[in-house]
Amino acid sequence: MRKGLLFVVSCLVIGLIFSPCAWGKAKTIKVGINAPMTGDIPKVGEGTKFAAQMWLKDINAAGGLQVGGKKYPVELVIEDNESKAESAVKVATKMITEDEVLVIVGPQASKQAIPAGGVANNYGTPMISPWSTNPDTTKDRPFVFRGCFLDPFQGPVLANFIKEEFGYKKAAVLYDVASDYPKGLAEFFKEAWEKVNGAGSVVAYESFTTKDADFSSQLTKIIKSGADVLFTPQYYNEVALIVQQAHELGWKKPIVGSDSWGSAETVELCGKDCYGLFFSTHYASAAAKGATKVFIDRYKKKHGYVPDDVGALTWDSLLIVQEAIQSAGKITGNIEKDRKAVRDALARIKEFDGITGKMTFTEDGDPIKCAVVVKISDKGEYEFYKSVCP
Amino acid sequence: MEFFFQNLVNALQWGSFYALIALGYSMVYGILMLFNFAHGDIFMVGAYIGFGVATGLATLASMGAIALPNWVILVLTIIISMFLTSFVGMIVERLGYRPLREAPRASAAITGLMIGIILETGNLALLGARRVRFPSLIESTTYDLGGVFVTNKKIMIVGVSLMLMLALHQFVRRTKYGMAMRAMAFDYVVVPLMGVPINTIAAMTFAIGSALAAAAGILFGVAYPVLDPYMGIVFGWKAFVAAILGGRGSILGATLAGFLLGFIEIFVAMIFPSTLRDLIAYSIILIILTFRPHGFFGEPYSARLRL
Repeated sequence: MRKGLLFVVSCLVIGLIFSPCAWGKAKTIKVGINAPMTGDIPKVGEGTKFAAQMWLKDINAAGGLQVGGKKYPVELVIEDNESKAESAVKVATKMITEDEVLVIVGPQASKQAIPAGGVANNYGTPMISPWSTNPDTTKDRPFVFRGCFLDPFQGPVLANFIKEEFGYKKAAVLYDVASDYPKGLAEFFKEAWEKVNGAGSVVAYESFTTKDADFSSQLTKIIKSGADVLFTPQYYNEVALIVQQAHELGWKKPIVGSDSWGSAETVELCGKDCYGLFFSTHYASAAAKGATKVFIDRYKKKHGYVPDDVGALTWDSLLIVQEAIQSAGKITGNIEKDRKAVRDALARIKEFDGITGKMTFTEDGDPIKCAVVVKISDKGEYEFYKSVCP
Repeated sequence: MEFFFQNLVNALQWGSFYALIALGYSMVYGILMLFNFAHGDIFMVGAYIGFGVATGLATLASMGAIALPNWVILVLTIIISMFLTSFVGMIVERLGYRPLREAPRASAAITGLMIGIILETGNLALLGARRVRFPSLIESTTYDLGGVFVTNKKIMIVGVSLMLMLALHQFVRRTKYGMAMRAMAFDYVVVPLMGVPINTIAAMTFAIGSALAAAAGILFGVAYPVLDPYMGIVFGWKAFVAAILGGRGSILGATLAGFLLGFIEIFVAMIFPSTLRDLIAYSIILIILTFRPHGFFGEPYSARLRL
């Protein structure tokens, strides 16, 4: 009697555990968003989330995603990776094994995207990182894609820009040695700069580790080295500290940054110290036209500020994902098969016209697209200065 | 030569923060034989309270409700925030440590870690993950002294820190409560039997330590105006190292060791590649501790007696 009861209860429990998944599998398409909602770069996570929610609204307004003549509702699984590599791996694993997402968008920063990309590739789940520019994210990973240009391209863009714009010969670099993106980009920049200006033309190559707040000894060394320009590929929270401290130590020459500067919060934290500085990025929000302007206006109306490059790239990545899912043929309900089909569809996309520019995809799933050099105006806006295409 | 002096100026500023925070660790240890691992997070709370007070006062001033120059606002911010944060310290002592006063020391130390996590995540829940910018109350002016660049902020930070340390020294040496604290540090079992109220003295110690941490937090906000909820963790560890290096329970030791730590960090980065800064700096400290396990001013008996 008791055994029988136990059997019935167990059956009920097991049934309850599995039933919602079984329904979900057949009916909704789940898209995972792996974003840094807390941690070092929360503004990046916010931009990702807002862009994804805008996309979902459009899909829902159209009654779902049309695949093979049938409409499927879409659900977003937004998880916080705390801007940590180990959490990004955990989030990716959870999305794949528990939430059974069809495709993952994110993580954004290379520090998280490189390890999370490994997980997605091992599980055979397509993943697209909108903002990760480090080559290792997609390297030898057929299931991993990205929505932005790469650092081996960005490094030379910046080196050449400084050379042409200012004609300088000696550069200094200050970067975070504990984070993949700044470390990788610092190396690519150094290589490109020394190619143009000769060996030893990077006169100071200084580093720090994540969460450092005082850069006075590094900056003092940089000033002493006689460099003409400082390049620092850091995230927005560190940019504010570095630029201010450099000015307080008597540095009056230009400071140049990379796409990680493009956050909507850089100027808010940095203030007047950042006015007049240049950095390379994915799109220039001031004086945008066409679909880009439509996106910016919509975002600004809803959230009260101009979206940064992360928001725009996330939007583009989601549209790429959407195109891939729609061209995958049909949703079979077998998640592994569907993931493979979406991956193949993603790999078939050769050209895409997004709000961050036209892109052509290479064999590795990396887009070839133009970079933009922007200048921070005296009003704190990101003004278009120059476009550099490969 | 300018290079050396520039680094010296940088190190003085950086060391002030370590010294102010190390004092809190050291005082609590001296009196309760307890490492308050939440102290780094109290520094963070102090910085945020300072941010709130400064923003509030600056808004009032800009609306014309109060007519005060910015430097007065800064002084007021420091005083009000020190006062408010001292209550945070007392609450931590009352809720976190007092129930565990007779418990094994390891339990009390673990409690400190928990309180630290609660303060960090509590802040995260309250204000969200976004960074806040500490209002720039004083315009930064850079003076060029023969190639050495000094800002008005740096002078103010070092000056205020030294003033607070001197005030603490006078308090401990000259007042009745200071005498009670010193007596308690000498023997916390017998002294309460002589009628010294241990609860009052413990609460006061936490209040003073937290107030100093709050001052450090605000000065930190002035120098490095980007605040985040986790800013106190690594900083707290390093200040803890300074407290040990100075000798557990020694006020003079904590102050000197705080500055020494700042000097070592800055000068290691001056000579060696900056990537190796912490590796070399903390190896040096390890070597110092190997030869002076009780720190510079620690008394051997106190460490053996209760740990």
